[in-house]
Amino acid sequence: MSDNAAHIDNLRYRCQLHQSDAERNEETHPLTWRLRDDNTLVALDDYVGKDGYTAVANTLKGMSPADVIAQMKKANVRGRGGAGFSAGVKWGLTLQGDALPRGYIVCNADEMEPGTFKDRLLLEQLPHLLIEGMILAAYANNAKMGYIFLRGEYREAARAITIALGEAREAGWLGDNIAGSGFDFDVVLHTGAGRYICGEETALINSLEGQRANPRAKPPFPGQSGAWGKPTVVNNVETLCNVPAVMRHGAEWYQSLSGGLSDDGGTKLYGVSGRVNRPGLWELPIGTSGTELLDRAGGIRDGRALKTWLPGGGSTGFLLPEHLKLALDFDTIGKQGSRLGTGLLAVVTDEQSVVSLVRNLEMFFARESCGWCTPCRDGLPWTVKLLQALERGEGRQSDIAMLGKLAGDLGPGKTFCAHAPGAAMPLESALRYFRSEFEQGVSQSSRHAAAEPLPAGGA
Amino acid sequence: MATIHVDGKSYEVDGGHNLLQACLSLGLDVPYFCWHPAMGSVGACRQCAVKQYKDEDDTKGALVMSCMAPASDNTRISIEDEEAREFRASVVEWLMINHPHDCPVCEEGGHCHLQDMTVMTAHDRRRYRFNKRTHRNQNLGPFIAHEMNRCITCYRCIRFYNDYAGGTDLGAFGANDNVYFGRYQEGTLESEFSGNLTEVCPTGVFTDQTHSDRYTRKWDLQFAPSICHQCAAGCNISPGERYGQIRRIENRYNGDVNRYFLCDRGRFGYGYVNRDDRPRHPQWRTVAEDSAVALSVDAALDRGSHILREAKRVIGIGSPRASLESNYQLRHLVGAENFSTGIAARELAGLEQMAELSRASGLPTPSLRDVEDHDAVFVLGEDLIQSAARVGLAVRQAVLGRREELAGERGIPEWNAAAIKTLGQDSCHPLYVAYPTQTGLDNIAQPCPALAPQDIARLGFAVAHIIDGAAPAVEGLADPVRDAAQEIAASLLAAKRPLIISGGSLDSADVLAAAGNVARALARRACAGGLMLIRREANSTGLPMLGGQSLEWALDTLSDGQADAVVILENDLYQRLAPSLIDPALARTDAIVVIDHQQTRTMEKAHLLLPAASFAESDGTLVSLEGRAQRFFQVYDPRYIRPDTNIHESWRWLHALGSGMRREEPTDINLDAVIQSLTQRHPQLAGVLDAAENADYRVNGVKLAREPHRYSGRTSMRANLNVNEPRTPQDSDTPFTFSMEGYNGFDRPRKDVAFAWAPGWNSPQAWNKFTDEVGGHLRAGDPGVRLLHPQPGAYDYAANVPAAYAPTDNRWQLLVLPRLFGGEETSSRAAPILERAEPAHIRLSASDAATLGFVDGDPVSVITGDSRLTLPLQIDTRLSAGLVAVPAGELPPSLFGAWCELSRGDAAYANSQPQLDNGGEARP
Repeated sequence: MSDNAAHIDNLRYRCQLHQSDAERNEETHPLTWRLRDDNTLVALDDYVGKDGYTAVANTLKGMSPADVIAQMKKANVRGRGGAGFSAGVKWGLTLQGDALPRGYIVCNADEMEPGTFKDRLLLEQLPHLLIEGMILAAYANNAKMGYIFLRGEYREAARAITIALGEAREAGWLGDNIAGSGFDFDVVLHTGAGRYICGEETALINSLEGQRANPRAKPPFPGQSGAWGKPTVVNNVETLCNVPAVMRHGAEWYQSLSGGLSDDGGTKLYGVSGRVNRPGLWELPIGTSGTELLDRAGGIRDGRALKTWLPGGGSTGFLLPEHLKLALDFDTIGKQGSRLGTGLLAVVTDEQSVVSLVRNLEMFFARESCGWCTPCRDGLPWTVKLLQALERGEGRQSDIAMLGKLAGDLGPGKTFCAHAPGAAMPLESALRYFRSEFEQGVSQSSRHAAAEPLPAGGA
Repeated sequence: MATIHVDGKSYEVDGGHNLLQACLSLGLDVPYFCWHPAMGSVGACRQCAVKQYKDEDDTKGALVMSCMAPASDNTRISIEDEEAREFRASVVEWLMINHPHDCPVCEEGGHCHLQDMTVMTAHDRRRYRFNKRTHRNQNLGPFIAHEMNRCITCYRCIRFYNDYAGGTDLGAFGANDNVYFGRYQEGTLESEFSGNLTEVCPTGVFTDQTHSDRYTRKWDLQFAPSICHQCAAGCNISPGERYGQIRRIENRYNGDVNRYFLCDRGRFGYGYVNRDDRPRHPQWRTVAEDSAVALSVDAALDRGSHILREAKRVIGIGSPRASLESNYQLRHLVGAENFSTGIAARELAGLEQMAELSRASGLPTPSLRDVEDHDAVFVLGEDLIQSAARVGLAVRQAVLGRREELAGERGIPEWNAAAIKTLGQDSCHPLYVAYPTQTGLDNIAQPCPALAPQDIARLGFAVAHIIDGAAPAVEGLADPVRDAAQEIAASLLAAKRPLIISGGSLDSADVLAAAGNVARALARRACAGGLMLIRREANSTGLPMLGGQSLEWALDTLSDGQADAVVILENDLYQRLAPSLIDPALARTDAIVVIDHQQTRTMEKAHLLLPAASFAESDGTLVSLEGRAQRFFQVYDPRYIRPDTNIHESWRWLHALGSGMRREEPTDINLDAVIQSLTQRHPQLAGVLDAAENADYRVNGVKLAREPHRYSGRTSMRANLNVNEPRTPQDSDTPFTFSMEGYNGFDRPRKDVAFAWAPGWNSPQAWNKFTDEVGGHLRAGDPGVRLLHPQPGAYDYAANVPAAYAPTDNRWQLLVLPRLFGGEETSSRAAPILERAEPAHIRLSASDAATLGFVDGDPVSVITGDSRLTLPLQIDTRLSAGLVAVPAGELPPSLFGAWCELSRGDAAYANSQPQLDNGGEARP
């Protein structure tokens, strides 16, 4: 690299974890302990120097695929894409057998959830960890080929993955007879064309196949008939990155990582965005509270007060400041009528309008609807228009009831996939917690934009 | 079977169905959009939501989409549940957000599934108060009109067009509430089945453009059960008439034949019925050069009877495009010894050979529906999409059946269309098409070399020999053909139900013999296979069963002076043989009587012309290529709107001529009497009697209505002629009335349904009310009676294996290949078909073109005997050297196989080719 290029490279924005090398270690930070403090790519030598690929070498030699699945089940690594479904159970349901074709491991790296930027860190700086996780997943599921379905805008991640795939192939970690085990597997990078729905695993598969990115009906699940009709496992980046450590240190160790904080095991890449002093990412034991996260993020900026927060992306339900003390894990947050989602908090302060915020979210979800099923395709745009009317002060009293009805009709079980229910969750919770803000949109005189600034009532 | 509980009542249903299918089959109304009985479920529209309960104790339940839930034993659901009802009302409300309020000007109105479902879900108040999304429309060609603003995004169009029918030029574009169904750019839809979009689309996005030109609401149309006359497949149709014109053709459900779909030739090729230049009065000319004089019916019959009575011997020339009844009356008039089928000798021999094979090949002929249940198909010498398109569509379903088989192995139900497609990917049952050039099914077929007709026969003989060593072997096969034979034989033997398809397209006895040998070989190996043989015209199968001589025999008899009069029935001889054979014969004939419904070249030679009724104005029986006798019924009385018209059924004319000839008191005859007589004299056709109900048939003591009960304007529709409304025409031939009076319901099963309507079901989806289960058979049984039955016996193999094709220097063998649009006589007189037809080309192999120094587009003349045809050249990469292909409609098919010369044509000559004028068909 020339001096000039190096200089420019130094100016490049790099994802960073707000935890220094000193704080991170192998025993407590299985995802991030190998990251460099200068936030640059961990190359193969560096990775191997920090015990990289030893999980692959040991597992492929010493464990049967069934053992790997059993260990994953025991470790209970819950899907870090947001759904929280046990990866081990998913693998166990994936069809294998002599009469069946070898299928695929697909890494869902289409990170597009609003307010979420955790996979990006791993993809840009630690792609070998993902590749190692994919090899292990492939071994467990008898997959023939892996695909990394990467969000198209993640150009830097694409560069890092391409470098890493080349290095791994060169070093014999990909290709035929990996580490002398007789197992062969390779990984291909596929960059998406930019649809949120591609994060839905079956829409992702359709897109990968070159079809419209419409989700598929389940059953059959991808594990039975996935990409090109073959058994397919789709896992999130962070989920796959947990696999090597589980194989190296065992399920009990993994379970113990969360200590007494949660029934779930392992760590979680948490983050905070919004009007805080120090937005960013941390790898913490799963079950860490929102209060601690907000502390690490330096609290709310400019002396404002926290009005509400989304626990893990735009498709999760709003929670109140009083919920900050709760453990951020799948079940605890689920019990509050929200979802942990990706675990990246979006904070909303008292000067922000919930109506506008929800309108902004719903616009995103309406735009990103694939257009397959009616409630999502036609219900979300109506939701947006009602919210816009309220925002302009042109709302009618019946609009709030209609929004409530739409939030219900777009809910789980009524739509083809989880997209609309995800969109309904912030709407439903906003109506529940901040109804007065919506009502202010009605009280304004019609046909004229509100004379006052956007309504921003208290909770 | 499974027991399901719906709203507290128990029902027995097919456990392999989904709940929507099961409920609809029970007659329970559940609204739906994206599901279609022929295309399965995808769960997109969410309209068919019902409440499902886990068990007896579950009172809460959860919504499920009934189309995506299996009707497994002990399923408990509620259609009436309040939450389910409300959700279904919400779905329609969402669909109506962007749907325009244009029902009054929308051509779908009155047979619109969206209207029906909106009423069913009781959505009647608009709460959405914002702007609607709008789209631009595309010009999709002469058949289909496009109005995207009406789209409710059910995805049925592309699922039919692409997945079911194999089209590639219609797609879904965009996302969210801005999905657009169209072509990537404007242009004529390429699929031969595009017309089905008008019925598949639940609303008015894709409508019938030919109907649009002369639009009438469904409830104002008069219908009759009819049979498509545009090929031999025998699809059931429901033509609609208003003001003495056919306004549209809709599919008529027959669970054994076409079920839900038609081809575009059948649907849009009806325009010849409406042509202004149709003969409507008897005409007389003393010598051929005279201009014709119009006669009254009585005068015409007097003249006709007189000239026939005076003649020494009268030859009758029948027609494979006329009904059995009309052909029978002609045969009866002139005597069996004087009757010609009007079919050229070689084609007739082929038809007789096919009839023999249908009986004596050892394999039965499947119905069109049954074609879909075969698991390996070998086609010898047919491009099905061109020669019998609907059969081609059925073969496509057979080939795609492999996916359902695979899905079954993984427990994926038959109705889960998207999952079947995902799992199956491009898996197909094997299909081999041996043809001289590319065919419409090549994209789902296994590779098979393009071969000259003789070599197709040799391939077939070789396949038969591999299957059964007792069949004659083929010496000196070329390597690729031998390899293909091995592969094909192995595939057929591995199949549970192999299907052999051949036919008359290549006019080759050898090809048919080879197909027969393959069938026999399979039969001897006890294969549960089938043999289907494609005939060219609507009654090509039935007419040879009546018996008669070839057209050449008739012309020879006339040329030799052995007869001096001829009656030609609905047949343009120039479509069949070269003028050099016809002109001298007709020139020597003293009395030529032509009965037809079109202005033809033959008609110009007539001394007496009698205007015949087309299929729309007459009743009769056709025998389809599967040997099914099917009745078509008169749709309207042409004299009601045009009282001066003297159009009559050919069989009626012939009966009257016969009475006159015998100097009997003229009496009328009705259809039942003709059929009675026909079946008595031709016991092999006895089934014709049972092909439909006779004129005495009544339901609840009343006749059947041709018109919907909302039919309007009857009292004023003739007000320009007379303010007094005449009595409606009385129909002595059929159980139908020319009126809305009569039975038209669904609850009393009957086979012959003029139009599908049930309370709340105005769209073609109303057929579900007439079937035993959705997608099944009509409750009264599917219309038609099989006449051809396989006869068990030990049949010998054909032994005369032809020699391999050997190109000759400076001479080319002519292939006149079928084409769907423009290759059939009557539909080629419909303006939309002409507009849709591809420009005709002469096709040559690249090597021949290079040798001759021709390039694509050069005018090339094909010279055979005294005929010369000049068309632009199209180089054909599949065609073998030494062959030249011309599309049907440009040269008579009897020239097939002729050796011809080629020369560079005169460009001006090519451009001055006579084109049928469109003006004859009354269009605005």
